[in-house]
Amino acid sequence: MKKSGKTTEKPLSLEEVRRKGKESDMWELRLYTAGQTPRSLTAIANLKKICEEHLQGRYNIEVIDLVKHPQLAAGDQIIAIPTLVRKLPQPLRKIVGDLRDHERALVGLQLRSMSDSQ
Amino acid sequence: MPRVTAPMRSASSNDHGRSANPKLPKAPTGIRGLDDVTGGGFPKGRPTLICGSAGAGKSLLAMEFIVRGATQFGEPGVFVAFEETAPELTQNVRSLGFDLDKLAKQKKLIVDFVRIERSEIDETGDYDLEGLFIRIGAAIDAIGAKRVALDTIENLFAGLQNQGILRAELRRLFRWLKDKGVSAVITAERGEGALTRHGLEEYVSDCVILLDHRVTDQVSTRRLRVVKYRGTAHGTNEYPFLIDEGGFSVLPVTSLGLNQDVSGERISSGVERLDAMLGGQGYYRGTTILVSGTAGTGKSSLASHMVDAACRRGERSIYFSFEESPQQMIRNMRSIGMDLEQWVKKGLLRFHSSRASFYGLEMHLAIMHKVVHDFKPKVVVFDPVGSLIEAGNRRDAHVMLIRLIDFLKSRGVTAFLTNLTSTGTLSLESTDVEISSIVDTWLFVRDLEVNGERNRALYVLKSRGMAHSNQLREFVLTDRGVDLLDVYVGPEGVLTGSSRLSQEARSKAATLLRQQEVERITRDRERKREALEARILALRKDFEIEEQEAETLGAEEDRRERVMDEDRAAMATSRKADAGNGSGRPDRISGKRGR
Repeated sequence: MKKSGKTTEKPLSLEEVRRKGKESDMWELRLYTAGQTPRSLTAIANLKKICEEHLQGRYNIEVIDLVKHPQLAAGDQIIAIPTLVRKLPQPLRKIVGDLRDHERALVGLQLRSMSDSQ
Repeated sequence: MPRVTAPMRSASSNDHGRSANPKLPKAPTGIRGLDDVTGGGFPKGRPTLICGSAGAGKSLLAMEFIVRGATQFGEPGVFVAFEETAPELTQNVRSLGFDLDKLAKQKKLIVDFVRIERSEIDETGDYDLEGLFIRIGAAIDAIGAKRVALDTIENLFAGLQNQGILRAELRRLFRWLKDKGVSAVITAERGEGALTRHGLEEYVSDCVILLDHRVTDQVSTRRLRVVKYRGTAHGTNEYPFLIDEGGFSVLPVTSLGLNQDVSGERISSGVERLDAMLGGQGYYRGTTILVSGTAGTGKSSLASHMVDAACRRGERSIYFSFEESPQQMIRNMRSIGMDLEQWVKKGLLRFHSSRASFYGLEMHLAIMHKVVHDFKPKVVVFDPVGSLIEAGNRRDAHVMLIRLIDFLKSRGVTAFLTNLTSTGTLSLESTDVEISSIVDTWLFVRDLEVNGERNRALYVLKSRGMAHSNQLREFVLTDRGVDLLDVYVGPEGVLTGSSRLSQEARSKAATLLRQQEVERITRDRERKREALEARILALRKDFEIEEQEAETLGAEEDRRERVMDEDRAAMATSRKADAGNGSGRPDRISGKRGR
């Protein structure tokens, strides 16, 4: 209601539009692991590396340990471990594996073209 | 309810499944028939693979295993669905009377839908299926599940690329399920030239069930086969199965090894004269009776008599009719003075009418099996059994009938089959489905067409274990039911109906004529004898007269001689010759001379 009220009162300024774009640029990533296995740790490390390289300052990583929270597996339809879920930006993407192949991970996250443009 | 098993020692017989190793624990499926075939159910605490093509009933079997486990055997279950969502599944099985929502609320069942969307998944590097393990594990722990179904886990192959990892993980999964001690059911799609598309049978090797669904002549038949069951002697045949409003049911009926108990008890056929033909006491209880004959020869009437007699004894009967509706049967039997409706009302008789071509054979078998199971009749009629061919092919019908008969025999149910023999066939004494060898008593009703009328004759073709009559009897439908009459057997052959009546009249007339003839001859002879005697009498009289005359003549001669002697003497006296000299001599000389 508030939002719609705003838009009808006056059009968004360029500044606001840019800020909104930045907001939607914010990457919500969720990494599912199962315990502190070497594979999980590798995946976490790989993910951090990728994010630092390509999404500096615009990402948010949530690591979910299914051993501790098994009920969370159903929500994102997690079967394989580790699985990285890109909640935002839409559409939802899933990357299964320890992310050791950075190129493939970037393609999976649809960052490949983005990094090219940068 | 499966038949009480034979003692373990004799269990090496082909009495499949029941000879199961008692040490191997089973998780009963609760599905009628399947537990018989598998000797008590699926292996407890081990995975079972159910494979089959699309629409074969794999998911349903898996679901029923879980639901029945939860409701009947106190074993909560987890259903992991890879194909359908929980609401979809719930809706699908509601028509079968399974309320998944209720079971879920009671914490007896968890349905977990696992969705794998290939399009949104990329793979990079190593992974395992721990997520799935955790999900299943969490569900199992949440309700203390003893059973797990994975339907269809092969969908993983569509969602994930790394086959090597998948296979290793599946192997680990089945191992893990075993370690968890849950009885798992895994469904898999049938593959080309293999049991499953992805070779799951390699991993699940304890028990493999194959479901088949084929359509022959536009009639579908479902079949189940236990391909493999480690540690259990299982039935190896293909068993027809049925999916109906009560769920899954498998027909365990196989050849029961011909070791049924036999009864020496006799039951009436309902026709007194027929009982007399069958050694005086009727059929043996628990045997199979076949009546075959051409159209309209009264086969159904004989069947009704049997049913009527059973109901009179207070026994329950089922009449499976493939041609007539119950109302029609009742009406028709009323016309021969039989009231079947009263038995229906008393709950002793149940009609079950359905067109043979309406279902496939296995459906018929399943329905019959079910009805017999529920109603527990003593007498079952199938009228006519030949029409079952319409529901399948000849061979299948034959096999089905054998199974059915064996099933009924094992329960001590007397089966009465009728079979229509077409007039065109060369040999009337043959049956469409060649069941003659498996029936115990075979009655044959046939037409005798003479002098422009058709009459029925009945004879006992065979009846095992009794001295039966070898005579042909005329079969008459009266308003008091079936009656059997002696046929006329005479010099002009076997006659029935009006020709019998006319022949009887004719022979009666002939007899009368003969009698009259005999009387006439006797009379003649009598007369002749009388005449003869009269003549004899007359002759004797004549003779007597002659005799008398002769006597008279003799007497007269004597007298005359005496008179002549006297005369001579008188003459001599008068001559006075030789008077003093021996008067006697001249007398004598003169006497001689005088003669």
